[in-house]
Amino acid sequence: MSDKVVAELHEPTPSVGDGGPDMIQLLTPEGQRVSHPDYDKYVADLTPEDLRSFYRDLVLIRRLDAEGYALQRQGELGLWPSLLGQEAAQVGSGRALKPHDFVFPTYREHGVGFVRGMDPQSSLQLFRGVSQGGWDPQEHNFHLYTIVIGAQALHATGYAMGVRMDGNVGTGDPERDTAVICYFGDGASSQGDVNEAFVYAASFDAPVVFFCQNNQWAISEPVEKQTRIPLFQRAAGFGFPGVRVDGNDILATYAVTQHCLDEARNGNGPLLIEAYTYRMGAHTTADDPTKYRVSAEVEEWKFRDPILRLKSYLAHEGMADETFFAAVDEEADQFAAELREGCVTMETMAGETMWDHIYAEDHPVMEAERAAYLAYKASFEEVN
Amino acid sequence: MALEKVTLGKSITNGLRKAMEADPKVVLIGEDIGKLGGVFRITEGLQKDFGEERVIDSPLAESGIVGTAVGMALRGYRPVCEIQFDGFVYPAFDQIVSQVAKMRSRSLGAIKIPMVIRIPFGGGIGSPEHHSESPEAYFAHTAGLRVVSCSNPEDAHWMIQQAIECDDPVMFFEPKRRYHDRAEYDTAAATAPRGLFEANVVREGTDVTLLGYGPVVKTMLESAAAAEAEGTSIEVIDLRSLSPLPIDTIVTSVRKTGRLVVVHEASSFLGMASEISAQVTERCFYELEAPVIRVGGANIPYPPSRMEEEFLPDLDRILDGVDRALAY
Repeated sequence: MSDKVVAELHEPTPSVGDGGPDMIQLLTPEGQRVSHPDYDKYVADLTPEDLRSFYRDLVLIRRLDAEGYALQRQGELGLWPSLLGQEAAQVGSGRALKPHDFVFPTYREHGVGFVRGMDPQSSLQLFRGVSQGGWDPQEHNFHLYTIVIGAQALHATGYAMGVRMDGNVGTGDPERDTAVICYFGDGASSQGDVNEAFVYAASFDAPVVFFCQNNQWAISEPVEKQTRIPLFQRAAGFGFPGVRVDGNDILATYAVTQHCLDEARNGNGPLLIEAYTYRMGAHTTADDPTKYRVSAEVEEWKFRDPILRLKSYLAHEGMADETFFAAVDEEADQFAAELREGCVTMETMAGETMWDHIYAEDHPVMEAERAAYLAYKASFEEVN
Repeated sequence: MALEKVTLGKSITNGLRKAMEADPKVVLIGEDIGKLGGVFRITEGLQKDFGEERVIDSPLAESGIVGTAVGMALRGYRPVCEIQFDGFVYPAFDQIVSQVAKMRSRSLGAIKIPMVIRIPFGGGIGSPEHHSESPEAYFAHTAGLRVVSCSNPEDAHWMIQQAIECDDPVMFFEPKRRYHDRAEYDTAAATAPRGLFEANVVREGTDVTLLGYGPVVKTMLESAAAAEAEGTSIEVIDLRSLSPLPIDTIVTSVRKTGRLVVVHEASSFLGMASEISAQVTERCFYELEAPVIRVGGANIPYPPSRMEEEFLPDLDRILDGVDRALAY
């Protein structure tokens, strides 16, 4: 109520937190819409239904994350890298993509995969240990998770160079012009591969958007260990635009990503987006953040929660009511139940399949080792 | 039929050209490979004929060469990377062993990575450090890669084309000190004389089998000729494929001669000869008249070039290995 009064009296101003005055924001942490001369147009066409579906995505992937955490604690997953706190950065950017764009994720982009239409089970199988990835990247133009930090930045750049060689940049045909998006984190910004990717992408005008989720922590190391300057400013040194967006603001993330993807598709790539956000949970379930960061910091970021922010906005603007929010929660419960069921019933493949798919063409060692393995297994049956 | 006398280097150039003519998806990427034609001129003239988009002068970053090539392969291209020298491949090591080698299996066979990584390797050219190394065993140790090495112009002509046609990633080791060796062969032949992953018995003999690949094959043939004058009949096998290992050809020869000497420039500790020795011992224990002898580089960093003749296996060291095998 008091928020509404304030909104009527004053034009809301962005709340930049520690993101600084350059950070693009369209929704304040309190859920107030603030205008931006460059980015309003990218959200102008969003209908209340679109915004409700954004909210649904946020809630479902937070639930996916909670289930991943719980399944690890129950021994069903070997490890789980949490996306808690980064939902808006992932859904906002993911929803800005077109189906024919291509995504190169890290191992934390469960939310991007979800909005790309991936089966939510997909992100579990690597961590359950039933495959090392296990999906066809071409099905949803969503590449396999890359665990070696930053290695995918070069793959994204090379893919984008291929898009350009195909002539699918700057034609003006929206069905043809294609962008590539590469996810990575603040820690990865120190990797040689990320910096080489910046150089290659710049030299070859690659239609790639580098999307850095600065969640402030690379396991135990704060972002200050990786950089002296705001990460988005790094782009200038490589000769392309960089922008910082409030990664907990789904509207701003969506708008900024739309803009950058359009630029890339039009042939003005590469570009760097720094989504300023926070890793609310541990790096993975094997981590203990209480050893290296203070809880006051986490408490402060709770006030910038990406889901509450959109919920406040939807409620305040009358675009959603309690019935809708309750229905989403109910859907999340159902979603979680299916996810758990799918996880615990995920089958481990037979041992002899270890030799499958290493090579595309016949390979005598694979065949000989598989045969020897099967003969060895069979030898126990003969004894019994 | 077009019998021509061509150098090994030019044979690779011609092979690359044929592959690029046959498939518009074949692209080359590497440092200085455009106008200069590479530091060894292997890509000479190709950028002029195929354009800057298909013969790509890369920024000076090897991980970038291989990593972006992975992305191009995912987009449907068949990239051929040039690593300028053997000792410069290590910045790309993660991309090769963790990304290139594993990507297909991680997708459960949904995708393939058809790419070739060309590496001029080995010593004998009087260069400073990092320009004379033999890193092939690192890659042969890695599942998901195939590793081959050519030793003569005709093989170079065909093997590079076969490597590019292969749907798996192929590490292609070129014997840089043999780039200027010439041989006559039919450059218009319609088909390759043998498969990419087959060994070749280049000289038949009965007393000892000499096995090697790349630059030492010529030295082995010279050694066999010298030994013949002394009454020793040596069979010489050009391994050609380091992974997969064409073990059957080796075993057939060893069962005939009873003795095996394996030669390479790489340090002998855990080199290709170590694995070959183990496999031959497992399969030919009763046929062997002597232990498998390794003639390799010393187990030291590659020495300064004024000393490299003391390091590299030459005719005398190979014949010494043959003598040691015959002493049993």
